[in-house]
Amino acid sequence: MTIKLKINGAERSVEAEPGTPLLWVIRDELKLTGTKFGCGVASCGACTVHVDGEPTRSCQTYIEDVEGAEVSTIEAIGDDKIGAAVQQAWKELDVVQCGYCQSGQIMSAVGLLKETPKPTLEEIDDYMDGNACRCATYQRIRAGIQRAAEIVEG
Amino acid sequence: MTINTSRRSFLKGAGAAVAVLAVGIDPKGALAASTSEAGTAITPFVKIYADGTVAAVIKHFEGGQGTSTGLSTLIAEELNMELGDITFEMAPADAAVYNNLFFGALQGTGGSTAMANSFMQYRTAGAAARDVLLQAAAKDWGVGPSELTLSNGVISGAGQEGHIGEFIATAAQIEVPAEPVLKAPEDWTQIGNTQKARRDSHDKINGEGIYGMDIQLDGQMVVAIKRIPQYGATVASFDDSAAKDVTGFIMAKALPNGAGVVAYAENTWAAFQARDAIEVEWDLSKAETRSSDEIKQQLLAAVNTDPQWQASETTLDATTAALEGAAQVVEREFFLPMLAHATMEPLSATIAATEDGGVIMYDGAQGPTINHATMHQILGIPMDKIEVKTLYAGGFFGRRFNAGADYIVETTLAFSMTDQTRPVKLVWSREDDLSGGWYRPAYAHKVRMGLDDAGKIVGWDHRVAGQSIAKDGPFEAFYVKDGVDISSVEGTAENPYAIPGMHIGLTDAAPATTVNYWRSVGHSHNAYVMETMMDVAAAAAGQDPVSFRLAHLPGDTADQKRKAGVLKLAAEKAGFGKPLPDGHFHGVAVHKSFGTYCAQICEISIDEDDYVQIAKYTAAVDCGVAVNPDVVKAQVEGAIGFGVGHIMRAQITLDGGVVEQQNFPDYEPLRMRDIKAIEVHIVKTNEAPSGIGEPGTPRRAQHSRTQSQPPGVIW
Ligand code: FES
Ligand code: FES
Repeated sequence: MTIKLKINGAERSVEAEPGTPLLWVIRDELKLTGTKFGCGVASCGACTVHVDGEPTRSCQTYIEDVEGAEVSTIEAIGDDKIGAAVQQAWKELDVVQCGYCQSGQIMSAVGLLKETPKPTLEEIDDYMDGNACRCATYQRIRAGIQRAAEIVEG
Repeated sequence: MTINTSRRSFLKGAGAAVAVLAVGIDPKGALAASTSEAGTAITPFVKIYADGTVAAVIKHFEGGQGTSTGLSTLIAEELNMELGDITFEMAPADAAVYNNLFFGALQGTGGSTAMANSFMQYRTAGAAARDVLLQAAAKDWGVGPSELTLSNGVISGAGQEGHIGEFIATAAQIEVPAEPVLKAPEDWTQIGNTQKARRDSHDKINGEGIYGMDIQLDGQMVVAIKRIPQYGATVASFDDSAAKDVTGFIMAKALPNGAGVVAYAENTWAAFQARDAIEVEWDLSKAETRSSDEIKQQLLAAVNTDPQWQASETTLDATTAALEGAAQVVEREFFLPMLAHATMEPLSATIAATEDGGVIMYDGAQGPTINHATMHQILGIPMDKIEVKTLYAGGFFGRRFNAGADYIVETTLAFSMTDQTRPVKLVWSREDDLSGGWYRPAYAHKVRMGLDDAGKIVGWDHRVAGQSIAKDGPFEAFYVKDGVDISSVEGTAENPYAIPGMHIGLTDAAPATTVNYWRSVGHSHNAYVMETMMDVAAAAAGQDPVSFRLAHLPGDTADQKRKAGVLKLAAEKAGFGKPLPDGHFHGVAVHKSFGTYCAQICEISIDEDDYVQIAKYTAAVDCGVAVNPDVVKAQVEGAIGFGVGHIMRAQITLDGGVVEQQNFPDYEPLRMRDIKAIEVHIVKTNEAPSGIGEPGTPRRAQHSRTQSQPPGVIW
């Protein structure tokens, strides 16, 4: 089937079988490989993108369900004020190790800060619970979110 | 100074003739400089482009442990430039030049050796580059090199100034000093600098970094493999008729080694679906059928009988005699389960034909020469027509380097069964990863410790039983000495504690699965057991766990001093011995591995329901010179999380020989909430750098409450 969606601001139409996860359309069809595959079952968060502004696990989102939706990925998150702040904080604190989970971490962190501009540590731990990092960069992610909140506040 | 010129646009404009100066090793193994980029004349450690861009050529792949930053720092230091201004490139596969100095003729990363290997090598290359650049400028300007200095990419002196890119043509003609003078430690500005300037950070925060999983070549086929369900099984036959209904399915073929059936498809999703639709009849006649419980009982029985191998100088008889004379003997048994690496990036590699009749493989390659040799063997293509392009690896923890080169062989075999016109990309799912792993083997331990009246250890009988990782594999000669697989017992007999009469007995267990090195390898279980026993013995001696350990580190050797040093530092920083909030407890551990000493004090809280949380880890580490202190801290933070996450909950179990865990819900990773804070302190020292990727992993620093608890209790 042909699906139209808006990806990082651009209208695109893609050919995909119904039931295809959005993740694989983004990676294999649109060649936006910044969005990662970690588990395929919504338990690691590596595939997190924003669908109409909401952090969403793209591995468990069928393509037919996002017809006409606005999808944004890590490649464009720097265009967003909060996204740019999170990236800056990540760089200041050297959060990344292998980096494979970090696209998803950043997309979730942006979602959190949009909802809660000044999250407490408990709120951060709660919101980020579904984003696994096998390199265990968690405490820098936590600090990165707090730093990004400061940057946004200016 | 930051040089922003795009290298590519410069190369187009300038023509290729003198575009880059490469300083590295020539075919005779000598330091040399050249303007050839193809690697025919020399294979570089550092490249200077005509626009002044400097690139460190990184021979140890970047899997998060920070090699791209660490090795770049060494070059930046010798070139008197800021770490933030240097770029890096991954080295090609060339074992003659980029071999790991600890591994012989093998180019690879492991055993936390990257910095220990490279500390002199990369500084020397950087110093050589500085030397030839200064000589070149001196020649061009007709002045003496001693009048000139190099700083931030600019050479100046004798009233002249120019950036390094201007001198690369002249520099290539200059003979490189065999032993260039290195900067003195007191002149270092980058080595030991606490800045946060990871060289791979930019790529990893905006989706630009390319991992094996990200390769998208024109016309590529994606393959997924239905693998044998258990150790020793093979494919008897298969039926792919249901796969034919999957849009994008191309074909299915059995691997010639019987290890599975390959589904070829147009994209990843189709490959996974087609793979799942293939029905396979397995030949289970030689397959493993035991369950974890059975294996556990067998291993525990093994540590309760005379060991197969003596892995210490001290004999069992001598230790038995010492224990008989002891005032008291404490003993415990342990079982440590199989563990998976579960790298965040499931395995993936891509192979494609090249125009010259060769092939190229794209991989987050932990051992590029293994990729090289595998392709040569399977495809029969001459070595010089085989390339390996090393990409970022989404974690490794040892997984990507194993005796069978599993996913590299699979990728190559899958390609070999096609007409080789289309690239072939192999993709593993998380289910493949957890159920088709090369695991940390399960181990049983039994320890009997004798104490004298003063609470001093007088004898220690330590039995280990588990499957050998190295035996019957290509690394056997490296790891097995007199029947003892060193990787099964490392960290025990050679540990710095002053323990007289320490006997280590090892019994090899029958293979249950494919097994492999797992972050910190033998230390992962040995340090856990030893440090638990130190707590048990401390309690029996009526001493606190820090004093008891220090009493066995009297400082007779440098080794003991360094181990005691980190313990004291961690205890002091954690406020060990001072009152803690109600329901909070301190746990202690200290261990030496990979040349590095690491102590950890863990503060945990236990609520009324016995729910345990880690309030804080305070760690102290002595890894010699900390080239990048912040990377060292990050590695210790990550290693603590990796280690404790497995101790808290994750394990691999077998049911009738089949791995039960399929995806993260069954192998729950450490989550953010599990550790509230980690603080890492680094000992200042001039000792040569030692490992840092692994030493934070092994040990238990959970909770001294376990002292009085029976064996089998993990917390
Ligand atoms: S890949 Fe989607 S949550 Fe793991
Ligand atoms: S940085 Fe490696 S998994 Fe998070």
